[in-house]
Amino acid sequence: MNPLRQLFGGRGSNAGQYGMIIALIAIVIIFEFWTHGLTLNPTNVINVFQQYSYILILALGMVMVIIAGHIDLSVGSVAPFVGIIVAQAMSQWHWAWWQAIILGLVIGALVGAWQGFWVAFVRVPAFIVTLAGQLIFRGANQWIGNSTSVGVPESYQTIGNGFIPDFGPNTNFSNGTLLLGIITIAALIWTEARGRAKRRRMGAELVPMWVSVVRTGILIAVTLLGMYLFGAGAVGTSIPVVAIIAGILTILYGFLTRNTIFGRQVYAVGGNANAAALSGVNIRKVNFFVMANMSLLAAVAGMVYVGYAGASGPADGTGWELDAIAAVFVGGAAVSGGIGTVAGSIVGALVMALLQNGLQLIGAESNLQQIIRGLVLLLAVAFDVYSKTQGRPSLIGNIMRGLGVGRSRPAEGAAPEAPAADQPKSIDDQSKVSLP
Amino acid sequence: MRSITKEFPGVKALSDVSMTVKAGEIHAICGENGAGKSTLMKVLSGVYPYGTYTGDIVYQGEVVQFSNIKQSEEAGIVIIHQELALIPELSITENLFLGSEIGKHGVIDWTEAQIRARELLARVGLDEDPDTQIKNLGVGKQQLVEIAKALHKNVKLLILDEPTAALNETDSQHLLDLIVGLKARGVTSIMISHKLNEIEQVADDITIIRDGHTIETLDVHTGVDEDRIIRGMVGRSLESRFPDRTPHIGEVFFEVRNWTVQHPLDSSRLVCKNESFVVRRGEIVGFAGLMGAGRTELAMSLFGRSYGTWLDGQIFKDGREIKITNVRQAIAAGLGYVSEDRKALGLNLLDTVKRSTVSADLGRISKGGVVDSLKEYDVAESYRKLLRTKVPTVEEGVSKLSGGNQQKVVLSKWMFTDPDLLILDEPTRGIDVGAKFEIYRIIQQLADQGKGVILISSELPELLGLSDRIYTIFEGAITDEFPVAEATPESLMRSMTSSKKDALI
Repeated sequence: MNPLRQLFGGRGSNAGQYGMIIALIAIVIIFEFWTHGLTLNPTNVINVFQQYSYILILALGMVMVIIAGHIDLSVGSVAPFVGIIVAQAMSQWHWAWWQAIILGLVIGALVGAWQGFWVAFVRVPAFIVTLAGQLIFRGANQWIGNSTSVGVPESYQTIGNGFIPDFGPNTNFSNGTLLLGIITIAALIWTEARGRAKRRRMGAELVPMWVSVVRTGILIAVTLLGMYLFGAGAVGTSIPVVAIIAGILTILYGFLTRNTIFGRQVYAVGGNANAAALSGVNIRKVNFFVMANMSLLAAVAGMVYVGYAGASGPADGTGWELDAIAAVFVGGAAVSGGIGTVAGSIVGALVMALLQNGLQLIGAESNLQQIIRGLVLLLAVAFDVYSKTQGRPSLIGNIMRGLGVGRSRPAEGAAPEAPAADQPKSIDDQSKVSLP
Repeated sequence: MRSITKEFPGVKALSDVSMTVKAGEIHAICGENGAGKSTLMKVLSGVYPYGTYTGDIVYQGEVVQFSNIKQSEEAGIVIIHQELALIPELSITENLFLGSEIGKHGVIDWTEAQIRARELLARVGLDEDPDTQIKNLGVGKQQLVEIAKALHKNVKLLILDEPTAALNETDSQHLLDLIVGLKARGVTSIMISHKLNEIEQVADDITIIRDGHTIETLDVHTGVDEDRIIRGMVGRSLESRFPDRTPHIGEVFFEVRNWTVQHPLDSSRLVCKNESFVVRRGEIVGFAGLMGAGRTELAMSLFGRSYGTWLDGQIFKDGREIKITNVRQAIAAGLGYVSEDRKALGLNLLDTVKRSTVSADLGRISKGGVVDSLKEYDVAESYRKLLRTKVPTVEEGVSKLSGGNQQKVVLSKWMFTDPDLLILDEPTRGIDVGAKFEIYRIIQQLADQGKGVILISSELPELLGLSDRIYTIFEGAITDEFPVAEATPESLMRSMTSSKKDALI
């Protein structure tokens, strides 16, 4: 193992992401110079999170959908469908903000159950089910809202454009941010130490101490940078509430995909549905919950966006599904399913968000922005596909080699990437194994 | 065909094979699974182009060198593969002329095509509207369409690879009659078949292939019986490549009664016909049968009804009837199934050794749905040591392992579920000799722990070397049962190739 691989934790399944981390840093640096320091200005960073948090939230669900071998094209319609109902509930039925949020989550779950039913039990391909869902829920949004915007009260807008409250002595810095930052740093150190202890107990290969120190050091530096960016903005700003929501969800879904039985089953179904079925995995259940969960997260994204925008409009959410799908693929997931990580998708989502933000800051027209984003997605995936067909260790290996650090080591390439060619292509449980 | 030798990477599939087929005869080719029959026919029909094999093909007095199927078809050699090559969504007419369309300048003359299609269908005795879609025809009729297609290509030498394997008896008889009818019109046929009664019925000559060599050519008209053919097919001594073991066999604990299962797509076919058998504790029970006899179908339908449509039959374990309708219940009831197709059905090739090992019983290393990664590592590591899987760490991806080591991972996966009955379907397919020996040892150890083992294998020496008792299966029915001491390759082969009136069960 070369040091960089160790540093970025190249343990098989999350190989796809550290190439993207480099890409993310490159994008930040390029735009930082291009915009003369505007990109990393605290106000801008806060704005990026508030404006694009929906990509982060959607990517969490989309990565599971894609790992399971499906796709969801409906999220850009489900989100505003829930958004308009939530807005109506507050503005016309005068529900409290928290009642409206509960309603929104329930509706998201119901929409998810609807789509999950068609995918898992009727076995209509998810592509078709969610294409229909895109039309159905877009129409429903405009029908409910009469194709007009419906405003939401101030109290609700906090979840979209609010900040964590400030308290304590005036330090010219957000105390809440400081506190959260310190907790995060402590958690990072604790996690690394616990990971080392665990691997030592397992008797597994242990990375050298310096790798642990440097790795934790980098993460702490990133946290400190984040603290500065969030804490040093205009008076009254600190960490946006949406960033907290996205952060908690990221930790939650990262744990779900990595550490739980359900997470394993999602990978198993996407990797080889027949083998999963013969190992006792209930494929219908997995498909149902993966699709249902996506709509639930779309509901969260929709509600957050309504809070940010202050109103729910008829054209909200247009193109969101593409942002989310692009984020997941840029983050290293495989089109054929079975491969992908939450962490990678978050990096991919940040790439897409910062690219869009950067292009806006330099004043690129929206048509040009679209062209560039499209090309970035195409090239990122094409490069990955090309690397795999060459039997090379994928994007990362090439970037490493380009930087002059990695040696050519096809045999030691990212474990999950190599066999993509001889992996059976079954998405559903339809072929050799018949299920009762 | 003279001195044909064909090598695949690492394996010599055919070595120095010669055979002579006379014009206007029906020539049967017999041999065990993997003897090289299909490979030989693929060489003849240009599937393996000239240059990838050595030796000469002499056809109508000339040495021919086909570089693709198109050339061999132009010469009048047509092969009909075991897996039919028809497109289900297209009509009979469209399929008949696929690749040799009737028309001019790329425009198809459908009227002419229809007329020709009717003629061809009449010649093969298929009374169907040429506009019928292939998917609406049974396998027997599809087979006839394939032959009609061959006739359209002016076939002189027709090669049929196990043409009746998927057919019921009426359809088989019809097909055999047709082949005899074609012979009268001057079409020579080469037929690969496992069904010796059919061969006796229609063939003029029989060539026997074993382990990639031609053994002999027999003339049916001089009086050849099934025993004679079988002796040629199996005639080799058992090598001592099995670990020693003294079996400790307990009482019957697993019993299947009247197991009857329908083919998933073709409701007129039964893949398991009223099968009954028992397994004792500590016993290795072999299931012998030729490919397509219904061994895998039996195993998979027992394992949570994973194949076909269950019609009838009961499973008893420890004297009580158990109801198993899905894989999870099967695992919970103490069954394990190691599939014959490691890559398609046994493993997720994207996964690591560690994750694969625990994948069939995650509940045992989890609490509240959360996988305990420490336990997971310990389990994977202990099986790696126990089975001596050659892999640097259990974090390695399974796709990088050799076949033998992949199979060990699959075995660990099922051993981890702690089954009482482990069904092993072709556990040593595609595995080198060294790893085979180790897997044999593992199988014997499992039996010695008091588990029941069902061993399905196409290799008779393997069955004879490992099993304590052997059942034979033919066309979805159990035809015979042998204690291993009384079984010989010849007696097994006889029961594997014919239904027996006085079947024991």
